[in-house]
Amino acid sequence: MDLNLTPEELAFQQEVRETLRSSIPADIKRKVDLGLKLVKDDYVTWQRILNDLGWVAPGWPKEYGGTGWSPVRRFLYEEELAAASSPRLITFGLKMLGPVLIEFGTEEQKAHYLPRILSSEDWWCQGFSEPGAGSDLASLTTRAERDGDHYVVNGQKTWTTLAQYADWIFCLVRTSTEGKKQQGISFLLIDMKTPGVTVRPIQTLDGGREINDVFLENVRVPVENLVGKENDGWTIAKFLLGHERFGIAGVARSKKQMERVREIAAKETKRGRPLIEDRQFRESIARVEIELAALEMTELRLLSEEAAGRKPGPESSILKLKGTQVQQAITELLLEAVGNRAHVFDAGILEDEWPGADNDGPDLPEYAATVASHYFNWRKASIYGGSNEIQRTIIAKAILGL
Amino acid sequence: MNFTFSDEQLLIRDMAERFFRDEYDLETRRKHQAKDGGFCRETWAQFAEMGWLALGIPEDLGGVGGGAVEMAILMEAMGGGLAVEPFLSTVVLGGSLLREGAAEDVREELLSRLAAGELLLSFAYAEAQSRYDLNDVATRARADGDGYVIDGAKIVALHAGTADKIAVTARTSGEDRDRDGITIFLIDADAPGLSVRDYPTVDGLRAGDLALEGVRVGADAVLGSVGGGLELAESVVDRAAALVAAEAAGAMAALTRGTVDYLKERKQFGRPLGDFQALQHRMTEMYMETELTRSLAYMAAVLQDGEDRAAARRASSQAKAKAGQAGRLIGQEAVQLHGGMGVTDEMPVGHYFKRLTMIDHSFGDSAHHLDRLADMEISVT
Repeated sequence: MDLNLTPEELAFQQEVRETLRSSIPADIKRKVDLGLKLVKDDYVTWQRILNDLGWVAPGWPKEYGGTGWSPVRRFLYEEELAAASSPRLITFGLKMLGPVLIEFGTEEQKAHYLPRILSSEDWWCQGFSEPGAGSDLASLTTRAERDGDHYVVNGQKTWTTLAQYADWIFCLVRTSTEGKKQQGISFLLIDMKTPGVTVRPIQTLDGGREINDVFLENVRVPVENLVGKENDGWTIAKFLLGHERFGIAGVARSKKQMERVREIAAKETKRGRPLIEDRQFRESIARVEIELAALEMTELRLLSEEAAGRKPGPESSILKLKGTQVQQAITELLLEAVGNRAHVFDAGILEDEWPGADNDGPDLPEYAATVASHYFNWRKASIYGGSNEIQRTIIAKAILGL
Repeated sequence: MNFTFSDEQLLIRDMAERFFRDEYDLETRRKHQAKDGGFCRETWAQFAEMGWLALGIPEDLGGVGGGAVEMAILMEAMGGGLAVEPFLSTVVLGGSLLREGAAEDVREELLSRLAAGELLLSFAYAEAQSRYDLNDVATRARADGDGYVIDGAKIVALHAGTADKIAVTARTSGEDRDRDGITIFLIDADAPGLSVRDYPTVDGLRAGDLALEGVRVGADAVLGSVGGGLELAESVVDRAAALVAAEAAGAMAALTRGTVDYLKERKQFGRPLGDFQALQHRMTEMYMETELTRSLAYMAAVLQDGEDRAAARRASSQAKAKAGQAGRLIGQEAVQLHGGMGVTDEMPVGHYFKRLTMIDHSFGDSAHHLDRLADMEISVT
């Protein structure tokens, strides 16, 4: 156990830091620093820059365009990415479908889709949840029926993040009602331009429109778009949800956000002194820092053990659960930091149709404009990707043997 | 960077876990507690044979080397075994004080005796008014000829009653809470004027209150520098705080495991209690808090051996604050989930709970360390 960087790791860190900081476009960096809304072009522009560097999918095997970095290097890279104010990379292609295709895809599928994910030519979204299938995902009812060399898909997917930008959607569909409900599920790739696919935005409580309903009506999907075997989709879904452990805890971003808490607390005042000098606020910071440090060290321990040959276990549930708790605690700290300025509704960050979006923009510091909406928005983190209650049940069953 | 244990460290862990599993159950512990001095001398000799007492002592000074991480591994196992032997007072506190502070001509001899199991130590730093502040020292040492005469009183010095030598903080200059002017003296337990009132602690260990009345020591009794003892005391206590956090993690893991096992067995409403999701999720919380404490304890241990004092101090406070808060949660939950059996003396659960509670009250409780971390925030910005 050694927390010091080796000379090679230091050199790597330095190289990554300089490269990322000199590569990120100033307008994108500004949006990220202030928590402003990013549009499709921002994400694509940045991911293409990272792809040109060869760093957009560090977790993929080298032969498919990954980096082959050690866990420590990946950790350092994630830190520098956050420190450079990188937008979140869109995970659906890079961290979900990519690894699935590498593990389960045919050679043709890999050759066709993987390079298009790396280059951001295809924007993917995830078609898992349905109105009647949330935590109980296996009860999904979207049907895919075979008709010659096509599947005909009917049903509804929901909570589909950024479906409005997507070229493709990977879906869990029911191909059989025989046996256990997990057994009749298949994993299908669907072109969003296919007739019968309709996207309807869902307005969220923060004023955003990042999630959608996706309706599928008699959508004809070529059979070669099936990944893995028919009725074997549940295995793939489990792989997808448990595979990507790197960054799932969001440690690097949380560290960056804690810097933001301190910066804001240095500007805000309480009783005539900077808020950062307030004892109660400093203790609140210290409490979150303890959890963040514990989470970071736990992540590094788990990943290092894995790299040393231990099989990946259900511990990713700890990272997801604790990671989202810390992230949410930070959104509360930010909210506390801005005090009564939290009230103000800033039109600049909202979708056009939101009531009040036509105001001229209130006179308040830029840093205060987004903290309330961020706090509201981030309640999603403990719900998506297997709610925290589901994670607890996984830990209880798979680790504690209950 | 590297976050895994070396083969040697894994060997220490396996050996210690095996020892406490096979040779140290609750009945053994009760027998040891009932012995003269509150622990077992034969077991102490076994610790010495296994090389545990030589940990953290450099090889050229009669030890086996290793540092805080190796000690944390051992402390974690001792937490799981609820050991009552004076490892914390003699090796963690006493050994560190000698290694960092003893004069060169006596250091090797003292450390060799410690490693052989022939020297028991205690560190008396707390006073009635001091709470957890190491600089709040009213005990006075005045220069007298080529030595010092010490007057004052100390409280809750771990294993003081069985110690051969006791390290005592005393003020050689300055006011009661000054940071400067504190000196650490190593005093023979049988020194005239020194009396120890020895008592059992609620968690099954022993401690003592000291009265010092005109205790005369030579200049060679000074550990570290005259007037500069606070820095040494702080570094030793930071290390001890990190290591008891590891001990706490070991106790938490045992308590969580024991609770899970008990709830798999215990049937109510026609099925095991462990089937109820309301209880499963509470045990999940216990498990996670244990893992998080363990992580912080190891991080703090690694940093204690590094160059960066500020980082070491911060990590130590983080680990100790977490150990206090998580220990309280896990202890209370374990008792609750055991139901009536949880409040009996018969089951191990209560003994772990008491030890975890007293760990919180050692070297600063979670409120104390949060306070310290809040102070450090100023220097961060």
